[in-house]
Order: sequence, then C-alpha cells, then structure tokens
Amino acid sequence: MAAAAALHAPASPLGHFDYQASPATREADWIRRTLLVVSLGFFAFFLLLPLVAVFVEALRKGWGTYLTALTDPDAVAAIRLTLLAAAISVPLNLVFGISAAWAIAKFEFRGKQFLITLIDLPFSVSPVIAGLVWVLIFGAQGWIGPWAAEHDLKIVFAVPGIVLATVFVTFPFVARELIPLMEAQGREEEEAAIVLGATGWQAFWRVTLPNVKWGLLYGVILCNARAMGEFGAVSVVSGHIRGLTNTLPLHVEILYNEYNFAAAFAVASVLALLALVTLAIKTFIEYQHARAMAATSEEIQ
Amino acid sequence: MASRRTLQSLVRSLVIAVSLCGIAHAAESTLLNVSYDVSRELYKDINPAFVAYWKARTGESLSINQSHGGSSKQAASVAEGLAADVITMNQSPDIDILVERGGFVAADWRRRLPHDAAPYTTTSVFLVRKGNPKQIRDWADLVRPGLAVIVPNPKTSGNGRYTYLAAWGYALQKSGADAAKDFVARVFANVPVLDGGGRGATTTFTQRGIGDVLVTFENEAVLIGKEVGEDKFDIVYPSVSIDAPAPVAVVEKVADKRGTRKQAQAYLEFLFSTEGQEIIAKHYFRPRDPAVLKKYASRFPAIKTFSVEGQLGGWKAVQQAHFADGGIYDQIITRK
Repeated sequence: MAAAAALHAPASPLGHFDYQASPATREADWIRRTLLVVSLGFFAFFLLLPLVAVFVEALRKGWGTYLTALTDPDAVAAIRLTLLAAAISVPLNLVFGISAAWAIAKFEFRGKQFLITLIDLPFSVSPVIAGLVWVLIFGAQGWIGPWAAEHDLKIVFAVPGIVLATVFVTFPFVARELIPLMEAQGREEEEAAIVLGATGWQAFWRVTLPNVKWGLLYGVILCNARAMGEFGAVSVVSGHIRGLTNTLPLHVEILYNEYNFAAAFAVASVLALLALVTLAIKTFIEYQHARAMAATSEEIQ
Repeated sequence: MASRRTLQSLVRSLVIAVSLCGIAHAAESTLLNVSYDVSRELYKDINPAFVAYWKARTGESLSINQSHGGSSKQAASVAEGLAADVITMNQSPDIDILVERGGFVAADWRRRLPHDAAPYTTTSVFLVRKGNPKQIRDWADLVRPGLAVIVPNPKTSGNGRYTYLAAWGYALQKSGADAAKDFVARVFANVPVLDGGGRGATTTFTQRGIGDVLVTFENEAVLIGKEVGEDKFDIVYPSVSIDAPAPVAVVEKVADKRGTRKQAQAYLEFLFSTEGQEIIAKHYFRPRDPAVLKKYASRFPAIKTFSVEGQLGGWKAVQQAHFADGGIYDQIITRK
C-alpha cells in the first residue's frame, strides 16, 4: 500500500524519461499492444462496466423517478446517517492511525508486534462478526446492555451502534498506510529537526506530517470509502428502522427487495458518486501540490 | 504549509458535517413496528391510516417507524434490545420466543386480541410460468422427478416453514405419517436452492429464472404478478393448503418503559377494525372480518385449509418434531 501511495506522488520536477525513445529499453510492438489491450480490457470489464450499469439502471425510468428516489425522506435520512458515520469514524481513524503509526515507526517498546497484529484484526474477521461483537457487548442480553438500558442509553440498533461498527471495520486503514511509509523514512529528519531546536510538536507538524501526507490522504480516502460502503457489520447492529438506522447500502438492499429496482440503483448511484467525489478531491489536492512543487523548484532555479 | 491549511480546512468541514447531521428529530410520540420480510407494502399503507385515526380520536400526533427482515432474525433483534413497541410476525414461534427470552411479551398474548391475535391469514400457493407448461396442479405434482421447486429455507423463514408443513399436511391426510416423511423428502429433493427468506426465493424464481414452480404465500404470489408482469406467471391453488395466520403482539417490556402501551395496543386493534381489514384485503391478505372478506371475495378463491394448531398438533409439537436440530426436516435434508 505504501507503494501505491508512492505511485500517486506527483512526477518529479526534473521531467519524464521516455523509455520508448531509447532502443535499449523499448518493448516490441506486439508486447506493448497486448499489455494495453489486456489491462484496459480488464479495467473496462471489471470497473467501468459495473459503474456504467449502475447509472444506466438508475436512469432507466427517467430523471423524474431518479429524483423522487433520492428525495424520498427515507433516502435522505440514509444519506445523512451514512455521512454522519463517515464523519465520525474517519477523524477517529485519522487520530488513531497517525498516533499508532508514529508510535510504531519511531519508538521501540514492549508489545509492539502485538499492537501491529491487533491493528489488522478488523481486516481478518468477517464483518458479520464485527457487528455481532457489539450486539454481544451492548445487546439487551449482553455484558453492558442491561446497564445501558437502565440508564436509557441506546447503543445497538441505534446510531451509536452503527458508528461503533463502522469505526471497528475501518480501524486499520490509516495506520496500515502510514506504518510502512514512516518505517521506510526512518527518523533522521526528525532527529535533525530536534537538534536544530524544534519542539516535538514542531517536528511532527513540519517534518513528519509533510513527509507522510500522501500516504495519509490515501489512507483517509480508503477509510472513507469503506465507512460509507460497509454493509455486513452495519446490517447486524442497525435494526433496519426506516428513516432512522438505515445507511445507504442497507437502503439499497431494502429498495431492491421491494422490486423498486430503479430507486435501488438511484441510491446506489449516490454511493458511487460519493466515491467519485472523494477521488476527485484527491486528484485536485495532488494537482495543487504538483503546482506548488513546480513553483518552488522554479524559485530555487 | 499548504498541507497544514488543507488539513485544517478538512477538519473544519468535518466538524460542520457532524453538527449538521446531529440535528435531532422533533420530539413526538413514536411507535416502532418490527415485522417480517414481505409485510412492508401492507404496513406502508396501514401506518398513515392509523396515524390519521389516532389524531382524530385523541389529537395526538404519532409517527410510526418500520423495520423488516427475516422473521426469526427480527425476533432475535428484539430480544437483543431492538426497541420494538409492537411485533407483527408471520408465525407464532417468533412471538413465543420473546415470551421465553426475557419476558418481552405477555405469556397470554394470543388472548389479548381477537382471532388468536392474528388480524389476517394467508396460505401457501404455487406460482408457475405462464400457461403452466409443466402441468403442476397439486402437491403430488411437486415430487415428479426432474421438476425444480423453489422454496425459502424452512429453518430461517416462516414462509418456508409453512410450505414444508403444507406439503406434510397434504401427505398426512392422504396416506399417513410414514408416507408423509417420504413425500416431503421427495419434494425437497427437487429444490435446487434454498433462499433465506420469502423475497429471496421470489427473486430466484422471477429475476434469475430458476425453477418450474415457486411455493410461496398467496399475497406474495399476487404481488409478483403485479410487479413483474401478469403475462409471465400463473397462480395455481392446490386442492388443500395450510392456514398461515400472521400473529401480532405488544412488546410490553418496551412499550411500558417508553410509555407507549396505549398507542401500541390501539395500533394492533386498528388492524382488526373495518378500515384496517379493508387495507389488509387490498394487499391480498385474507381478512378476518366476514363482511370485508365477502366484499373482496373475488380476490380470494375458496381453498380448503388445515391449521398447525388444529391438525398438526400445535406449534410446540411441530417445532420439536420437525425443526429442532436432528428433527424430521434435518433428516430428510441430509438423506437427499
């Protein structure tokens, strides 16, 4: 994943080296074509086709049906709940991910391996289990459930349960993205900053954070995508109350089960659009960053 | 520095998003009706009618929330704390379990409303492809070799359970218990996929085009014709089928705590009123009210039925003999 982050880094200001220009590194024509056809075909079939299908199905019955499906109060509530769950779990992940990665990459302590393994736990358990654990803890027959019920705290089958489940399944994204990156960068730059008189906080803001921001951004985007799209864990703790505890993916399932195919795809297209918007934001930030880099390198020259 | 600004603005917009989403709903009395899978359309119509009725009678504004899913799963959620004021199920074991697990429902819930607390009943019928190309007329036809029968899983859905019991009851009447076991085994040997719930089975039959016959509730069979195309399917009424009443109950433990018992009880009683029964009949569930049933008689062809409580020895016995682990259902499934 660190490699993926590196791939997204902007091109070096020194310019491109064109491998096809030199006979030493040029590939035969047929190899180039085959590679292109195979990879683009794969891309078209597995990514583009489903995406197009979602929008085609959504608009099959026209814009009127599409807009009605999206302005339905239950759909609006689902959109709001999905954004809320993402808006809570992504910042939590951000804080946790940075601190865990910082601790793991820059310090030595006992139980470090254990912590690394633990972070991966949500990746390795099934989402259904991730939902069930919260029911077991906070359900009426669970450990803390009876106490919570006495104090009128509603956790499972209410919004807090959905947030808990979302936080659980998205836990590893930011940390997993940052740990290899920070480990690869080592701690020389921070040490230099401290020697030059920076406080720990300054070293973090001015050295560590700028160094890892692309990895961080990538982690946040993945985390956000999963937070909005999570189905299994959320389905277990949701209780499926319309207009109250249905997130977008759950609402899509309900509509589909009601033979309301156009509306189901309309709501699905909102999920797809949310994903596309996050990608667009990422591209925009990268573009801004590349411009800023180019500007500084010109100044230096 | 640019990144620092980006981060700050990111945090700021997140904070705004959270506060926007946190705006609470206006306080008014609410009821939560936790129900089974295919009653969605019915309660979508019942709820506004009851809200208007309640407003006219008491002046109080109510809002009613709905939750739907496989009926046993829904009952389990209520036992785990899903705050249902009323539950409206399609088989009584899913209400009995709430009596057993934590006393959510009063033990005598059947006697608190008319007709054993079931405002309507339905029955298991066959849906076949247009023109009935395989000539399926009765339960006996389902065991023909090579036929594909679509049924939801009797372990997880009331719909599937009634189908199983209907086939069992048919064979029991014809030729006795030993033959009945062999008969249901042969029916289920013809089932290529067991879906988890009624709607899943419908999708398998109609959307994926699998199977020659779908055995499902009458109301679901009619709805399929209307939603998917009346020119594609025919409904076949077998010579005899099962009476499938849909029981309802107030979840007293929750309603008492929330102070909604009065409303919850009135909501369920409304289902038995003429207005409620009319809505029920419009959704192709068989109403209890004889006058309403007569008015919509054209929708409900006469069919001979037998009931679990009457002919099969009651739910408790049926549950134990057929659906407990290692019961008759498990035996016939593993034998196949």
